Amino acid sequence: MHELAVCQSVIRQAEAVAREHGARGITRIRLRIGVLSGVEPELLARAFPLAQAGTLAEGASLEMESLPVRVVCNRCEAESEVPANRLLCGVCGDWQTRVISGEEMLLESLELVTAEEGEHV
Amino acid sequence: MCDTCGCNITPGNRHLVISGRLSTTDNGQSAVKVLQGLLHENDRQAAHNRAHFDSRGVLCINLMSSPGAGKTALLEATLQALGDELRIAVIEGDLETENDAERIRRHGVPAVQITTGTACHLDAHMVHDALHQLDLSGLDLVFIENVGNLVCPASFDLGHHRNVTLLSVTEGDDKPAKYPVMFRAADLMLLTKTDLLPVLDDFDCDAAETALRNLANPAPVIRVSSKNGAGMDAWLDWLRDEIRTQRDRLEEGRSARPAVQPDGARLHAHAHHQHTE
Repeated sequence: MHELAVCQSVIRQAEAVAREHGARGITRIRLRIGVLSGVEPELLARAFPLAQAGTLAEGASLEMESLPVRVVCNRCEAESEVPANRLLCGVCGDWQTRVISGEEMLLESLELVTAEEGEHV
Repeated sequence: MCDTCGCNITPGNRHLVISGRLSTTDNGQSAVKVLQGLLHENDRQAAHNRAHFDSRGVLCINLMSSPGAGKTALLEATLQALGDELRIAVIEGDLETENDAERIRRHGVPAVQITTGTACHLDAHMVHDALHQLDLSGLDLVFIENVGNLVCPASFDLGHHRNVTLLSVTEGDDKPAKYPVMFRAADLMLLTKTDLLPVLDDFDCDAAETALRNLANPAPVIRVSSKNGAGMDAWLDWLRDEIRTQRDRLEEGRSARPAVQPDGARLHAHAHHQHTE
């Protein structure tokens, strides 16, 4: 669905960071995707080759870490890991909880080619 | 939401911020920690749009639902009821056709149609382009009718202030459990087409509300029929209240984002660049 748009955004951001660091290429892109982020890692992985073609990230590998949903209960203050569509406190069952993890959709880090190796070409 | 006191550090990113593990420097390579929302560009444009709405004192509401849940019919009934009281404009999002904008214009209200082609959602850049065709001065309220879709629109901040999610009673009352990201994002859930409830024996409004609460969402739920007008008063009162609140906020120099924007919002779309060479 919207994963190609997300991928294109990732590539543009990665390219901007690479340029900022004077890098000649990007070899690895690491993302952190929360289960409640609205993005499917599998679909991102499928869209990635299309988005990276012809960019500084061409040939870069994509690594994604999926983050489970964790909530803190407003009532009993317990922290629990919960399914994405049932954010009730795992201890007391109250629905008034805060999501503290699982909504992330982050560009975590990049590996860049920055050195002069290859300059002999 | 700041980058100084550490309140933006969540259990999901703490180890990155604190441990600084990224010194995988191979020959000629360096790792760069970024920690930036994946929709950084969209979020920047959204903030720009929101500042634009705020500078004109306009409240902007994003309507989301499945296709056919009655977004345009709700808008038509709303324009009919509020036409003399508020100055309203509408931005319409569809894959194709100008049909919805034409329906809105028949009520004497300016409407800009965005046709997304194949895109399943609106993004902040599309809304920005639409805003160039819309004179905000003198307006109280702008509705954005998003593309009918319960998945993708929830991920894109458009620069609006509130999300209203419609669930029509011809759908399943378990939709919030099936589409948690969308219904988590709702600042208000409208159960629409309630005039059809007498002929439907399988939609339980209370069950729909429970499904919303199971997402830890305290948003109000209003049952409404654009056709027979039931519940319209509660919806219109909610709108009036939001417009008042927006004006109060602006007087205090504040703005408002929708309740939940599933994004690295806690990281405030701020890049933490660190060299590791």
